[in-house]
Amino acid sequence: MSLDELIQEAQRQLRICNACRYCEGFCAVFPALERRLEFTEDDVHYLANLCHNCGSCYYACQYAPPHEFNLNFPRTLARVRAQTYRRYAWPAFLGRLYERNGAAVAAVMAACFLGVLLAMALAIEPWRLFGAHPDIAGSFYAVLRHGAMAGVFGLVFVFVVAAMAASASRFFVSTDFDSLKGGLADSLTLKYLGGGGEGCTYPQDEASGARRVFHHFTFYGFLLCFAATCVGTLYHYGFGWKAPYPFLSLPVILGTLGGVGLLLGPAGLAWLKRKADASLKDEAQRGMDDGFLLLLFLTSLTGLLLLAFRETHAMGVLLAVHLAMVLALFLTLPYGKFMHGLYRLAALARFHAERKLPPPRVGSE
Amino acid sequence: MLTSRYKEAFISAREKTWDVLVLGGGNAGLCAAISARRAGASVLVVESAPKDFRGGNSRHTRNLRCMHDAPQDVLTGAYPEEEFWQDLLKVTGGRTDERLARMVIRSSASCRDWMRAHGVRFQPSLGGTLHLSRTNAFFLGGGKALLNAYYRAAEGLGVEVLYEREAVGLEFEQDRFVAVTVKHLDRQDTLRARALVVASGGFESNLEWLREAWGPTADNFLIRGTPYNKGRMLRALIDAGAQSIGDPTQGHCVAIDARSPKFDGGIVTRVDAVSLGIVVNRDAKRFYDEGEEFWPKRYAIWGRLVAGQPGQIAHAIVDAKAMGRFIPPVYPPLQAMTIAELAAKSSLDPEQLESTIATFNAAVREGTFDHTVLDDCATEGLTPPKTHWARKIDTPPYFAYPLRPGITFTYLSVVVDERARVRMRGGDPAKNVFAAGEVMAGNILGQGYVGGFGMTIGTVFGRIAGHEAARVAR
Repeated sequence: MSLDELIQEAQRQLRICNACRYCEGFCAVFPALERRLEFTEDDVHYLANLCHNCGSCYYACQYAPPHEFNLNFPRTLARVRAQTYRRYAWPAFLGRLYERNGAAVAAVMAACFLGVLLAMALAIEPWRLFGAHPDIAGSFYAVLRHGAMAGVFGLVFVFVVAAMAASASRFFVSTDFDSLKGGLADSLTLKYLGGGGEGCTYPQDEASGARRVFHHFTFYGFLLCFAATCVGTLYHYGFGWKAPYPFLSLPVILGTLGGVGLLLGPAGLAWLKRKADASLKDEAQRGMDDGFLLLLFLTSLTGLLLLAFRETHAMGVLLAVHLAMVLALFLTLPYGKFMHGLYRLAALARFHAERKLPPPRVGSE
Repeated sequence: MLTSRYKEAFISAREKTWDVLVLGGGNAGLCAAISARRAGASVLVVESAPKDFRGGNSRHTRNLRCMHDAPQDVLTGAYPEEEFWQDLLKVTGGRTDERLARMVIRSSASCRDWMRAHGVRFQPSLGGTLHLSRTNAFFLGGGKALLNAYYRAAEGLGVEVLYEREAVGLEFEQDRFVAVTVKHLDRQDTLRARALVVASGGFESNLEWLREAWGPTADNFLIRGTPYNKGRMLRALIDAGAQSIGDPTQGHCVAIDARSPKFDGGIVTRVDAVSLGIVVNRDAKRFYDEGEEFWPKRYAIWGRLVAGQPGQIAHAIVDAKAMGRFIPPVYPPLQAMTIAELAAKSSLDPEQLESTIATFNAAVREGTFDHTVLDDCATEGLTPPKTHWARKIDTPPYFAYPLRPGITFTYLSVVVDERARVRMRGGDPAKNVFAAGEVMAGNILGQGYVGGFGMTIGTVFGRIAGHEAARVAR
């Protein structure tokens, strides 16, 4: 299906939904579409990114296949989202990384791994990499100089933040603090993975809270790990305390909790994905979804292994592998599944902004 | 694998004598099945549709009308028994059974707790249906979501369900039901039970029967709901000696978009533009007051009006001023910058349509247009008049929606008593045969319709039928 055909198909389905409206109570997509009489391409992208693919509307749909109207709203919106990610990526040419995203993520992982190993090999004597290091402050920097590590990650971080901000702002910009707050609250609570109250119909047609729980593990795990990094940076530059930090230090506690979340969450989501109803999914996105989950899982796993074995001969290699995973994760953030969160947040903020406007009066009483 | 599981289920179903057999797996049938099972009976539901299309017309429903004396969860204000009854009396013109009707109205007050207990969820009235927020409780996700919840609840309680099995014959021993013949592909089998609940709907998808009742005009009707309501069990009951009630041409019949599929188009095929413009027939002439009442209150008469016109076709015509004031229908309107061009697109005589609209425009007495009240915009000296919301059709582009009669369901029914027992022509109730839903709705709805009342009747009588059937089976 070409992009034009996809948009037209989405517009056809949106017209059916707008004439029916039975699903209004499930999520934000339906109240948002009811504000419109016609659907522009921009509207289609906006509505698609409000959808959390919970499936409730599909199971409730009187027009779902095999009905001749052939309405598979969640799957069509999922396909549109794949196009959103490409369309709004910055710089634009990197949007093509979404074409075969699983392969792209794997290639970046491999490149990072080789790059980190090479950098270490060139910078230090090989025996240091395989030497045992007592767990004392600064041992990490014996295998990789702090300046090099901070420099590379700092540059990557700045680029990634700029790319993500540019992509998201091409999609939707709001300076309205209230609607942003509303969108943020809906995102952080995953309100619309609630299926209108009892959980969403995922992975199968019975209401369940599993996806929301695993997504929370993943997202908050990620946030805790990120917080651990921030605290570590503060320790280093603010107080001159050098990593590795003791087991009961704040960065290690945050990182460990986050790491556990990033093992459970992605594993759970991948497991649910295996069980999920194939009729709702856009199979073409499997590589992107699995690639991102795998990268999160490996980042966490290598980090926890590094923590466990940092006083042994394995430390040097584990550090190299962990840093490679973190680097790959960050490099692919603006060109992978991670971006769904930003577009979702932007769409939800727009939903809250629109909600302040009076609704169209289409009833006669 | 699925097929063999069904086969096994079927073989075991065939070999046993069930306490209660329910024909039809729609709202009424499932309410009956759940109630019978809760009363301790073994229950088999026989559904003629495949699983994807299960549930008859209940798939297309969205709410049920409930009496209540104070605001309750999704319902605003109050809707007392007397007002409910008066609404029903008005639409049916007295063709109703007050005792049964009042029983349904009273029971409607307590339906929702039972429904919720079996997984049904509710939501506030939908966008564009504010006028129903006081009287009707909307199902979250609509009728198919309700059915999914009921099937899950029923199966959880141990009710067995067979799909794609159409009941084609009933077997009686004297005045007692003993077995039903069901058809699957080319095969016929016999299922035996101690009590029977017939909840298999009306005959609206039986095109021959419609033709028998309406004559050849029926060929131009569209069926808004399920293609599976053939009325075979309605006829089988009448043939077995059940009393019938109602006129076979009466039912719920609305004007829907003529481009809709023959069956199963459901809610999205409605066209709400009528009260904002004019409606002309095949000869490009007006034939009824488009502004008589608020559209929702007149929605259910336009099917019959169009059915009475030559060729059973009509065209709703509005101008640019009306766009955005009604729920956008699923099919885009025909559109043109001149009336003549619009007529050509709608296969109407351009001169006649121009003349009809010129006459209409000339008769419009300017007032203060307000679509939310019965306003003072009306025609003067025009037959038929347009008594409200009359505005000149003078602002291009012009739009047309072709209309045909859309049958939702039929009212011809078997007579039941307040225990849902089917009454035989001798005057006595059948010993072990009960009816619920459309197949008996004609006892209460002789003509006309109030939105959401079909689901109320199905729910109330379904529960009674299930309960009573379980009682006589023991």
